[in-house]
Amino acid sequence: MKADPRGVLTGVHFIDGDHACCEGALAAGARFAAGYPITPSTEVVERFAARVPTVGGCFIQMEDELAASIALQGAVWGGAKAFTVTSGPGFSLMMEHVGYAAMTETPCVFVDVQRGGPSTGLPTLPAQADMMQARWGSHGDYEIIALCPNSPQECFDLTIKAFNLAEEFRVPVMMMMDEVVGHMTEKVVIPPADQIEVVPRKHTHKSVDNYLPYEANGDMVPEIAHAGEGYKFHVTGLTHDERGYPNMTPKAQDKLVRRLQNKVRAAADRIAMLEEEQLDGADVVVISYGITSRVAQRAIDLARQRGLHVGKLRLITAWPFPDKKIAELAAKVKAFVVPELNMGQMVREVERAAVGQAKTFSVPHAGGGVHQPEEILKVIVEASRCQAA
Amino acid sequence: MSSSVMNDFVNPVEPFLRSDRMPHIWCPGCGIGTTVNCFARALIESKVDLQSLALVSGIGCTGRVAGYVKLDSFHTTHGRAIPFATGLKLANPKLNVVVYSGDGDLSAIGGNHLIHAARRNIDLKVICVNNLIYAMTGGQTAPTTPEHAITSTAPYGVYEPTFNLPHLVEAAGAVYVARWTTFHVRQLARAMSEAFQKKGFSFIEVISPCPTLYQRRNKLGDGLDTMKYYKEKSKVRHGAPTSEVGLSMNGEIIVGKFVDRDRPDYQSMMRTQFHEVLGEKYVETY
Repeated sequence: MKADPRGVLTGVHFIDGDHACCEGALAAGARFAAGYPITPSTEVVERFAARVPTVGGCFIQMEDELAASIALQGAVWGGAKAFTVTSGPGFSLMMEHVGYAAMTETPCVFVDVQRGGPSTGLPTLPAQADMMQARWGSHGDYEIIALCPNSPQECFDLTIKAFNLAEEFRVPVMMMMDEVVGHMTEKVVIPPADQIEVVPRKHTHKSVDNYLPYEANGDMVPEIAHAGEGYKFHVTGLTHDERGYPNMTPKAQDKLVRRLQNKVRAAADRIAMLEEEQLDGADVVVISYGITSRVAQRAIDLARQRGLHVGKLRLITAWPFPDKKIAELAAKVKAFVVPELNMGQMVREVERAAVGQAKTFSVPHAGGGVHQPEEILKVIVEASRCQAA
Repeated sequence: MSSSVMNDFVNPVEPFLRSDRMPHIWCPGCGIGTTVNCFARALIESKVDLQSLALVSGIGCTGRVAGYVKLDSFHTTHGRAIPFATGLKLANPKLNVVVYSGDGDLSAIGGNHLIHAARRNIDLKVICVNNLIYAMTGGQTAPTTPEHAITSTAPYGVYEPTFNLPHLVEAAGAVYVARWTTFHVRQLARAMSEAFQKKGFSFIEVISPCPTLYQRRNKLGDGLDTMKYYKEKSKVRHGAPTSEVGLSMNGEIIVGKFVDRDRPDYQSMMRTQFHEVLGEKYVETY
């Protein structure tokens, strides 16, 4: 379906990534946000608080991130599209409710504008060190989807995509921004509402008597009902059966946990958004995401000027990780170079997916700034000299 | 009595329960089932539209109530029933939202949410079953455990002061505050019905036995002995200053309706403010 024009601020704007993210949420149909202030993410909900009463919806500033991350899920079961926005310390507090959303299949979006950590770390400076937390931060086995914008325009575009994926798969979707992208001001083009595709909630058409809240068919994603519609359904974070009733058996656990994982894994290729450049004939491929991809671009250009055959792969979708693409490339190239604003997180995934077919070089950075292109260039040069695996 | 008469007999609260989930998990002598019976009777009495009624629980013995009522029901995370219910109510203000949970869930891990929801005066009916202990996990000290009581984590007796929940929620802004015990089934059902008539944050504390862990460990007898204690030691004092209704291990239990006042609820205040400031630009959705 097309976006509700009330939420779409069509036009050409000069805004930062945080504000663009808010506009993306409104365009996607988000009419509820719950938040707790934290730098460098707060501008998203500040704008939402100003905009949403004129669009038809509400914002509530909760007492902490635990409250924000569960209030939004209450809103989803009340029929709204909802999200919350935070940064590292708040993201840590929200982890229990990432698990609750995964377990109860509550479609929702968590925006994390990453800053330096651990703990309070660097509140106003960038990092990309929450990438593994986004994937594994809550206890138990589950799958999520995570997207990494590298510009304010993508903060807009991918926030819409995040809501659409959340609705399609009934999973929490993470918008993994970083401080630079969040605070960077650039041109953002917001198209007319009739050019914005929005995925509606997968609402059941079944009658009250025939509806089982967690019965899933081919795509493994059950149909949802909202409170107040007469279905009298039950939702629990306990292991449950198709009726939504608690079932404390290994059999029920196996069936549920496998489905929660497989519904995303089976669609991983379709979910994967990748930017590719000169991969054919490349000796070395630089794999990056978010703000680091823009620094890496300069390093790649410098390397090509030196006559090196360097390809670029940008992870727009970080999770589920594009295993298949990496494995294909690993069979053809000598090495991967993975710069990121952490001490080496996604590089582990590259190494795993490459299964020894290509060498992997990490270009870590503790956060607080971005790489110098020369630091990445140096590793590209080193990688291009290495013996093929 | 003919057998057809027997077959036609339906317990009046049965339509409100998920019979296919019985038997429930609660111990013999536990008071939670009694409170659910009162709740069902309050639903009958107050003629609340069941389709627009949602019930939200946290974690713990009382947290399991959500699983047994035939309503849209949410068994959420530990301590977070109130913020979940807040989101639910804000997204669909037509819903009548009840939070049904235990003392540990609502006043310890969820204590911050309790005071802020009362401050905001969110239109929620909170039923707090207070069994004075963490029962699901085996009888550990709760903020509500009376001083000197023995618990599994205070084997020499509790020496922390006890939370007086009616006092707390009144100070934070609740519009309706009452306390009853599971002995006072009629009064409790009536209080629940009254709460349905209130707009704003209502709080009903129900003192309830945990014979398995609290009464046994403190040599206070079984469920029946506890009923006798509630009967003998309860004093009805409507309008009692909540500062004077704190609980002790063997002392009086002050019960009654302590607070019944009116002030605008969160959503009314929100609408008023937006109409005033935004005028025509405000898109009121409900």
